[in-house]
Amino acid sequence: MKSLIFLILALPTMALAAGPSVPLDKAPVNVDDHESLQRGARVFVNYCLNCHSASYMRYNRMEDIGLSEVQIKENLMFAADKPGELMKVAMRTADAKEWFGAAPPDLTVITRSRGANWTYTYLRGFYRDDSRPTGWNNTVFDKVGMPHVLQDLQGHMAPVMRMEKSADGKEHQVIDHLTLVKPGKLTQAEYDALVGDLVNYLAWMGEPAQSQRKNIGLAVLLFLSVFYVVAYYLKRSFWKDIH
Amino acid sequence: MQKLLNWIDQRFPLTSSYKAHLSEYYAPKNFNFWYFFGSLALLVLVIQIVTGIFLTMHYKPDAALAFASVEYIMRDVEYGWLIRYIHSTGASAFFVVVYLHMFRGLIYGSYRKPRELIWIFGVLIYLVLMGEAFFGYLLPWGQMSYWGAQVIVNLFATVPFIGEDLSLWIRGDYVVSDATLSRFFAFHVIAFPLVLLGLVVAHLVALHEVGSNNPDGIEIKEKKGPDGHYLDGIPFHPYYTVKDILGVVVFLIAFTAVVFFAPEMGGYFLEYNNFIPADPFKTPEHIAPVWYFTPYYAILRAVPPMFGSQFPGVAAMGVAVLIFFLLPWLDKSPVKSIRYRGPKFKIALTLFVISFIGLGILGILPSTPLYTWIARVLSVIYFAFFFLMPWYTRTDTYKPVPERVTDK
Repeated sequence: MKSLIFLILALPTMALAAGPSVPLDKAPVNVDDHESLQRGARVFVNYCLNCHSASYMRYNRMEDIGLSEVQIKENLMFAADKPGELMKVAMRTADAKEWFGAAPPDLTVITRSRGANWTYTYLRGFYRDDSRPTGWNNTVFDKVGMPHVLQDLQGHMAPVMRMEKSADGKEHQVIDHLTLVKPGKLTQAEYDALVGDLVNYLAWMGEPAQSQRKNIGLAVLLFLSVFYVVAYYLKRSFWKDIH
Repeated sequence: MQKLLNWIDQRFPLTSSYKAHLSEYYAPKNFNFWYFFGSLALLVLVIQIVTGIFLTMHYKPDAALAFASVEYIMRDVEYGWLIRYIHSTGASAFFVVVYLHMFRGLIYGSYRKPRELIWIFGVLIYLVLMGEAFFGYLLPWGQMSYWGAQVIVNLFATVPFIGEDLSLWIRGDYVVSDATLSRFFAFHVIAFPLVLLGLVVAHLVALHEVGSNNPDGIEIKEKKGPDGHYLDGIPFHPYYTVKDILGVVVFLIAFTAVVFFAPEMGGYFLEYNNFIPADPFKTPEHIAPVWYFTPYYAILRAVPPMFGSQFPGVAAMGVAVLIFFLLPWLDKSPVKSIRYRGPKFKIALTLFVISFIGLGILGILPSTPLYTWIARVLSVIYFAFFFLMPWYTRTDTYKPVPERVTDK
């Protein structure tokens, strides 16, 4: 137990030693853009929801982004019978661990913890790496267990390396950027737009109430500002005889 | 109506209590900005209890269900997201107002005779509040909840001889587990709130017994007019009730701005790692407690292990909190308020504030050799503020204290 405490106290230092982090690209998130969210939802159920669950999210919550129950049922529900069901997957955790080395995480709130920019960079950061069992690696998630599910859309990317000096003066290779070696069905701009929609959907799904939250917030702040004026004159009229 | 009131008054001290604590409770007329935070702390307490009751209706204190039940509250419960954000923001707001309330006590000497017991009850409230916040933080069962609890419970394991058994007894298991979650839930929703409410009552009863201090640090009870009323006192109701309403509105503007527009507060009120379900097999890279504990966490990390034990750091952290109890007896100055104190106290207090905030920032950051040394210097300043207080308050120069309260 004592060694655990030492470990925990030392951990922050170890985290710093983990090396430079990759700069993240800015994700085009706008959770009020319903068309983008609907396109993202389509990509999500087609490509992600086979291995990853979103088990705190109900299918019919997508009515909030302008879809009808019929549309959800006919176009977006492949593994569930009722629109009120949670987005679970059939894959067993034990199988997943054997196939990928780790169970694919639930995606409901993943973008709330990782951040939209990380997810956006991650989904555009897969490159060919024959040393990996899946044949794929990732710029922001080294030795990732997940294969490149969107490869038929993006095509195959390969890393272009450059030399970089680290703090201790040693030179080592780092990835400068990725370059297309085998084209996919989409152009790079189209692929970025598709991933942008998907990340937008993930950001929305992390907190579906966020637009409502901001709208109510404006009304509350407006009310309080008016109430402040009332409270101010109330206090002043009571206090005019004190001093 | 009057008949009903008479009927009640013959059986219950309604009118007399109303008079004693509101309409005829005389408070100094020169309260300033710093005097809002006591009533605001009471407001936050009520907010936490009411939102907590509604959260309890939907939350499941079970390691297999807890994380999902919080997301259920965030998604499927009507306005559940609002209730939860108010509760999570309220936890941080509680510490904001309590820290400012304690700072008011420091600058105007509100802990001095005859208010020592008010101060002691206050420090007890602060201690219970820390426990309450710690237990509550485990309940969402995210990675930070889990590993934060793991680290803090393990601190008790460093206590010589009984440490291992003590931490086992707190956890109810060899690691933080379902057993820990269930008991922390019980502490969070019943045990600690009960004690907290009792202490708040004691804090207020003691306050109303001796009367409020004020920015001049002089006793208004010594100056009575011919009608027997205090010359510098005004009835709490209506004067301070209407003034506190103003304070409440300003507070609520800041509070709701966070609730509605930045409920995560950049990861300080709701940590990003806590959106990942607790995983006992995966230690997060960087474990830091929530911001309100970080000054003490920095002190813990600043003290090097001695004789192969982390206990000295843990002890230093404990002393850093408990030292507040001794404040009424460490301060030897003839005046209460900072307005009439000399440069030594003002410098000491300034250094103390810098060390407290500095330690708070360092407690959030990963430790590096440089930061550790800064934390050590700041920790020494923190303790010096208390331990050297008898000396610098005795030898300081003082300005004469006015007869009546001043208006500024």
